[in-house]
Amino acid sequence: MQLARVIGTVVATVKNESLQGRKLLVIQSLNKDLKEQGKPLVAVDAAGAGVGELVFWCRGKEASFPFKREDTPTDCTIVGIVDSDSHVFRG
Amino acid sequence: MIIARILGTVVSTQKDQRLEGKKLLIVRPINIDGTDTSGYVVAVDTVGAGFHERVLVVAGSSARLAAGMKDAPVDAAIVGVIDTVDVTP
Repeated sequence: MQLARVIGTVVATVKNESLQGRKLLVIQSLNKDLKEQGKPLVAVDAAGAGVGELVFWCRGKEASFPFKREDTPTDCTIVGIVDSDSHVFRG
Repeated sequence: MIIARILGTVVSTQKDQRLEGKKLLIVRPINIDGTDTSGYVVAVDTVGAGFHERVLVVAGSSARLAAGMKDAPVDAAIVGVIDTVDVTP
């Protein structure tokens, strides 16, 4: 899992039926110093996150596990919201 | 998931049985602001997307989880047609 900042939303009316009703958000991955790393991605929201929040997300097949796991085509899912930036501790 | 733009189509007669009846499209990953990146992917279309549309592409084994793709040998699937992307800097 990695940290990311929610930076936007995506609207897609026509989508695979197994994604219907899911919220799609644009996330920017962050490194441990909370600096941007890599390109923004589109993630399915499983945590109720909103724009501006610090979240952590899961990649790969495991990304579908918060939903009906054999039925949700996502490779990038927000699985938790970090309480605040100052709640990220690093040595 | 990544955002991509549809560049073209692929026609294949001889293919795995589980891919029969599936539309194959060439897509190019694009940036959030709509500018092109390099490279391309051949993806299976599950939503009926058309030329030049912006779409959502799922890669890896999750592509198989899209409705209608059960047990199909794919690693990239188009699962949505994008209406708008709203990014607050």
